Amino acid sequence: MGLISNGTTIFDAGSMAAGLGASMTLIKKLTASSSATLSFVHGSSGVVLDSTYKEYVFICKNMEPSNTGGPDFTFNMSIDTGSNYNVAKTTTQFNARHSEDDGTAALGYIANNDLANGTGFQIIADGVGGAGDECADGIIHLYNPSSTTFVKHFTANFVNYRVNDNAYNVFTSGYANTTSAVDAVQFKFGANNIDAGTICLYGIA
Amino acid sequence: MGVISNGTTLLDAGAIDSGVPTGAMVLIDTVTVTNAGNITFDGSLATGFSSAYKEYIFKLIDIHPAATGADYTFQVGTSSDTDFDQTITSTHFRAFHNEAGNTTSLAYSASHDLAQSTSAQILFNGVGAENDESCVGTLHIFDPTSTTFVKHFIFSGTQYQQSDYAIAHHVAGYFNTTTALDRITFFFSSGNQAGTIKMYGIK
Repeated sequence: MGLISNGTTIFDAGSMAAGLGASMTLIKKLTASSSATLSFVHGSSGVVLDSTYKEYVFICKNMEPSNTGGPDFTFNMSIDTGSNYNVAKTTTQFNARHSEDDGTAALGYIANNDLANGTGFQIIADGVGGAGDECADGIIHLYNPSSTTFVKHFTANFVNYRVNDNAYNVFTSGYANTTSAVDAVQFKFGANNIDAGTICLYGIA
Repeated sequence: MGVISNGTTLLDAGAIDSGVPTGAMVLIDTVTVTNAGNITFDGSLATGFSSAYKEYIFKLIDIHPAATGADYTFQVGTSSDTDFDQTITSTHFRAFHNEAGNTTSLAYSASHDLAQSTSAQILFNGVGAENDESCVGTLHIFDPTSTTFVKHFIFSGTQYQQSDYAIAHHVAGYFNTTTALDRITFFFSSGNQAGTIKMYGIK
């Protein structure tokens, strides 16, 4: 049975009509608990990361490392459904930073954290504190990952409580230099575990 | 009465079935003022924070000051400390360009950041008050009700500055408290405001 109101089909064939409903859909939420990595793999555990959406958003909340030495929060992409996270990326990064004692306040490009066709994990939050109340939060936009024509652009904006009591506002963007479809994304704190935090994946219609 | 289409339950018992996508960004409240000192989301005038959402977004739409050149600011409070004076450490940088086309800049703004201060955080500085002048922006606040972590925020916005500049602002930092936040207020450093602020929760 469908539902038609004033000539407009609202529901039919078991689903809502196109154009109705919201444009930001929660696809998957992962919660860390002393986890080495958090991975979103298309087709696994309900994750959708394909041509269903032209833009995907990852929102990271309360990402806390297991180590208080200030590991970097990083991510990488895969073109083989998570067998390898090693896509070549060219990226930029700059940040604004300010210390609690007001001794440091600066804006600058961070050459140590960008990549030039590097296949390593991209740093998106720099030197995250791991003490009790310290963590990182941020948002990543990944555009059209299923394209087989274009490179895959991303933008990221993170804010974190950095070791040594600094606020860092980190802007990272660039592209995965591949025309293969990206079908998995992984997050980690280098060699350290993700002690706590949640990452939600959304699709933007 | 329920609605079942092609064997799939879409509506029943007064609610949309969990299998029907309803969207992850929920408009919680909209406040529009024409001449008010503060726009406050505290559970009285408008909805405050709760643990229902782990991220909140505020859209500031055409915020217009009554007094020329005032700074637009915000602060937060808790149920036990309602004075909007939480400790903030933050960063602030700006890009600006004037209408005459002879001044541009991208630089850190040390006069607008905070270092363990309980002052209000400046989002826009020197906002123009002529009829067509205003400011707009988006503020994200992450997990404001956490009792474990500091509370991070990220803001980006743009304004018409009183001396005919376009200024883009990027502000971020944290409320250095593990007490849950339950309220937020937006106000000019002097004079009243007009404009609209929309509050969203992200599932």
